[in-house]
Amino acid sequence: MMTVTESDAGSDAGTARRRSAALRDGLGVGLGVGVSGLAFGAAAVTAGLSVAQACTLSLVAFTGASQFALVGVVGSGGALATGTLGAVLLGGRNALYGLRLADLLRVRGWRRLAAAQVVIDETTAVATAQPDRASARTGFYVTAVSLYLAWNLTTLVGALGASRVGDPAAFGLDTLGPAVFLALLWPRLSAGGTERRVAAAAAVIAVGATPLLPSGVPVMLAAAAALPVLLRPGRGARADAEEQP
Amino acid sequence: MSVWIAVIATGVGCYALKLGGLVTPQRVLADPRVRRFADLVPVALLTALIAVQALAQNGSLQLDGPRLAGLGAAVAALLLRAPFLVVLAVAAGVTAVLRLLL
Repeated sequence: MMTVTESDAGSDAGTARRRSAALRDGLGVGLGVGVSGLAFGAAAVTAGLSVAQACTLSLVAFTGASQFALVGVVGSGGALATGTLGAVLLGGRNALYGLRLADLLRVRGWRRLAAAQVVIDETTAVATAQPDRASARTGFYVTAVSLYLAWNLTTLVGALGASRVGDPAAFGLDTLGPAVFLALLWPRLSAGGTERRVAAAAAVIAVGATPLLPSGVPVMLAAAAALPVLLRPGRGARADAEEQP
Repeated sequence: MSVWIAVIATGVGCYALKLGGLVTPQRVLADPRVRRFADLVPVALLTALIAVQALAQNGSLQLDGPRLAGLGAAVAALLLRAPFLVVLAVAAGVTAVLRLLL
């Protein structure tokens, strides 16, 4: 990741340039992805949540995949307890992002309480793509603020819009949930063979378990598709070596 | 269990996980295999969600032609390097048009 030379890192012009690049990245992702709150708001109301419930979920949970997962279970009439568990487990990746970001952001005290809420896919992606700590922090916070505002505002608009639309399925809104995940996952699937094998195994596990287990459980079970990397020391060590600069 | 309880519990649970990661001592990631596993869990969970949402309805497998066609169109858009919002518009648009015609 640290590709910047010592002399460039020391110059004010270089610092300013990298921070404005981080600002652009952050605003682009924040506003671009934030607009898909429209899809969430519409999907939530389509599934049977009230407008207030959809907005509360976006304000408090603020992690798209978990929100879509809970809404999916509500819409399919699954057990709410299992659906909640599945949605929270899906948010487990944010804990892993937090582990990664703690060293990069170095937030202390009460500020950690606020920063934690915006540790999600997009902020992690922008922060870890920056060449130095200062621009990583800029990228993280710019993405966080623009995405939080856009996501919550468009959730409200989408929820109000869908509640006025007769049959949202007629507009193809039920396709938006899986399409959002597919678009977010795409760069990783096209990048690595291990990623594609884990993805294929996860899809087989989830689809195979769907007729047998309560809604929400098959998705949780699919996390097992990533387990083989724990059992293969060679592979893990090699992947680690490739990450070294 | 009411939907409100599920909404609040999901929100609080998700926040607790985010905070937990941020305050966990860094030595947990010392083992490269754990790092690799942590890296791949989101891939597994998100793919599982895509598969279930594409192929299942009410806890049973059910093929919905327009929805699958919409996702196929999304894949085509991604292969053509279309921007995020274009991918979503294509997916929903293809599904909607097919439902109108069929």
